[in-house]
Amino acid sequence: MSAIVGKVWRFGDEINSDLLAPGFYLKAANEIMAQHCLESVDPTFAKSVQPGDIMVAGHNFGVGSAREQAALSLQLLKVGAVLADSFARIFYRNALNFGVPCLFFPHYKEINAGDRLSVDAVSGKLENLTSGKSYTVDPIPAHLMEMITDGGLMPHLKKRLGQGKAA
Amino acid sequence: MGQTLVEKIIARAAGKDSVRPGEIVTCTVDLAMIVDSGGPRKIWPRLKELGVGVWDPEKIVVVSDHFVPAVDADTAAILKLSREFVREFKIPHFYDMKGICHIVLPENGHLQPGMFICGGDSHSTMGGAYGCYMAGFGGIEMTGVCITGEIWTRVPETIRVDWSGKFNQAVVAKDVMLFLCRQLGMDNAFTAIEYGGNTVTSMSMSERSVLCNMAAELGCETGVIAPDETTLAAIRAAGKQPATNALTWHSDPDASYISKHAFNATELQPQIAAPHAPSNSGPVGDYTKIKIDQAYIGACVGAKLSDLCMAAEVLKGRKIASNVRLLVAPSSQKVYADAAADGTLSILIDAGATMLASGCGACAALGAGVLSAGEVCISSTNRNFKGRMGANEASVYLGSPYTVAAAAAAGHIADPREFLS
Ligand code: SF4
Repeated sequence: MSAIVGKVWRFGDEINSDLLAPGFYLKAANEIMAQHCLESVDPTFAKSVQPGDIMVAGHNFGVGSAREQAALSLQLLKVGAVLADSFARIFYRNALNFGVPCLFFPHYKEINAGDRLSVDAVSGKLENLTSGKSYTVDPIPAHLMEMITDGGLMPHLKKRLGQGKAA
Repeated sequence: MGQTLVEKIIARAAGKDSVRPGEIVTCTVDLAMIVDSGGPRKIWPRLKELGVGVWDPEKIVVVSDHFVPAVDADTAAILKLSREFVREFKIPHFYDMKGICHIVLPENGHLQPGMFICGGDSHSTMGGAYGCYMAGFGGIEMTGVCITGEIWTRVPETIRVDWSGKFNQAVVAKDVMLFLCRQLGMDNAFTAIEYGGNTVTSMSMSERSVLCNMAAELGCETGVIAPDETTLAAIRAAGKQPATNALTWHSDPDASYISKHAFNATELQPQIAAPHAPSNSGPVGDYTKIKIDQAYIGACVGAKLSDLCMAAEVLKGRKIASNVRLLVAPSSQKVYADAAADGTLSILIDAGATMLASGCGACAALGAGVLSAGEVCISSTNRNFKGRMGANEASVYLGSPYTVAAAAAAGHIADPREFLS
């Protein structure tokens, strides 16, 4: 798994599951829901985010309900990684199980919107290509990264079972 | 450097000598618990999609407790599906209408110190009273566990909480937790909580399990108490032999914690949590004017035999107030039978209690005993979020079984100490 390189979208603290997956669209198809992801915080985000772009946020990202659409929307928008000071546990687990790498990043304040970041989740090496500063974060082990690149738990299980690796 | 109990269990399950908080590891699961609400009905279609069975039927326990007994055709279908699931996959450990999962597991000797257990219910933390790691996971993750017997986790930091001294009359573990929800807040994600101190070590398993159950309200991944002779006696009482290394599962003296807290049990008053959060709590004296419509003794956390006995202590020789209903749903069939045998049940019934089936019931508005808009309930359950027990406009106060019973007798929230001799 090579490093993810992308443009930074910057968010604040307590980005909750209602902001990520607005209740009004919960009954809509997931793809439609994704188009409204975070619209009340940054209306340009869902429309303009590019595959591989990186979200950087503060404290308790994903807090709120257990709704899996909060993480699924980020998968559908092809977000490269989420870096935050801290995450809510259910969101964090959902996101990894949907193939969206999440990394704990206490220095989030040093990153600005529009910076270009290179993130190597397996080695934990993070570089701000705009400012030239580099950081280390708690990495995601290679075997878990395999699940993430497969697109999450279900596609990964499908692949593993297809290869006869699991009973 | 030393390790905490939780770190030791995770390291063992991950096949490592040690782990540190923040590290992501994959653990081999010793036991998986799934329940009617989010278990077979969510897992089976995914097994079909993948064309696979379960990893080890011996290590999966299935409990039907949330929707029992069926109240309509939909819940009946869910219960039927669970029965078909255990037949299809030849799962030997199936508890169908035997009681609430978190009670039924220890009653049947499924928990041992040092085990790594995944549960498909948020209060799975309760198992930690037996010195094991037990945490709650969603349906999709339990599917993965049922297929592979593995799960990844991020090693949590551990919070250490010590209680010392003796409780005053009518103060119990439930009061400790309502107090801690206020003190520590409810968003302690990525932490485990470990309880200790002489107050905790002198508690029964029933009381210890309240501390671990409501670790879920603190937002902790799990809650644990190091095993001791009390733990081993409970395992033997369930008809099992404790593992030979059971007492080796404890934190090292030099283990490092994210925070440490010490409290004095003698200073604690009976507590009440007001709507709509367990953290919105205070001493019972602040709430004694609140009139109630319903008192509920139920749930995994609050309807064990000891909880029913607390209520009976208050209600012995008394009648519940007019215009109040007292509903009692013992947490398991065994609790029901034990309470019948020792006379607790007849005290409650004589006082005017309505007995309900063993199961989750009104705790999560799934069965009998739900509330209408505008009604006020005091409950021995663990959550009072808006709409949790019925209408969004209902008000739910939480208290210990002593406090719930006192309110049932008085018709309003009351200090249970005034009802005990
Ligand atoms: S009794 Fe309530 S808290 Fe306990 S498992 Fe059932 S629904 Fe959950």
